[in-house]
Amino acid sequence: MQWGSASEFFAMGGYGLYVWVSFGVTALCMAGEVIAVWRRHTSAVAESRDLS
Amino acid sequence: MAINWFKYSSPQAFLPLAGRMIPWFSVAALASICVGLYIGFFVAPTDFQQGDSYRIIFVHVPAAWMSMFLYVVMAIWAGLGLGLNARPSFMMAQAIAPTGAMFTFLALLTGAMWGKPTWGAWWVWDARLTSELILLFQYVGIILLRASIDDLRRADRASAVLALVGVVNVPIIYFSVKWWNTLHQGASVTMTESKMATPMVAAMLIMMLGFWMYSFAVTLARMRCVILDRERQPSWSKHSSIHDVVEAR
Repeated sequence: MQWGSASEFFAMGGYGLYVWVSFGVTALCMAGEVIAVWRRHTSAVAESRDLS
Repeated sequence: MAINWFKYSSPQAFLPLAGRMIPWFSVAALASICVGLYIGFFVAPTDFQQGDSYRIIFVHVPAAWMSMFLYVVMAIWAGLGLGLNARPSFMMAQAIAPTGAMFTFLALLTGAMWGKPTWGAWWVWDARLTSELILLFQYVGIILLRASIDDLRRADRASAVLALVGVVNVPIIYFSVKWWNTLHQGASVTMTESKMATPMVAAMLIMMLGFWMYSFAVTLARMRCVILDRERQPSWSKHSSIHDVVEAR
């Protein structure tokens, strides 16, 4: 392992901003998509129940 | 023994099948992404040229690959839908488009995040970047075209034709780094050779696997929503078992 400390890890050799924005936005988008599909499914199921 | 694929092409059969498969794909996605991130951040060494900025590759390359893969898969379903006049195929294409658009956006964004420290620019109008931006517009166009047509059958066909025509851009994206002088680097990993250290390649491929599994899970889940939304009115859902299927899950 090449990281001496946690702050060294988060600094990413001076590229912390670029690296963490990349991974952070990707994580947010993927989590957001999962939540959106989940909600859509919940409401679709609820609506098809209402029709019965 | 022949498998009756058409059995699973009917929405009634698809719903419980998808319900069973989604958790497995989700677990596989989560596991491989965790392993990929661990190798990418703690095992893979710092690059001697780019320092730690290169670690963006572990999310940039899988996202870019998914943006192209998903487009091709979407176009195949669209083509099948047109050829066989099969509604579930159109629905599959519809379910894939938003995830493909998201990965295209992420490929562009992480590319900008990588371009700034390595090239000194967030964006350049180079062939690879421009063709990938066009891919984003294609996804958005397909989604908006579908949304703008009320008649579902027409919406299916129109967006399928647009998806099929646009598939020509995928090889252009892929080969752009060979055909033109691009600032964007060529392929680091091809089928036959790799220019990267083993843990770097491993982390990238495992992340790619994770994004595949994620895409399976999320498009199956969206397919389920599309079926429920679209088949609520037609005859089979009124008279047959959609409510049983929903309850039985």
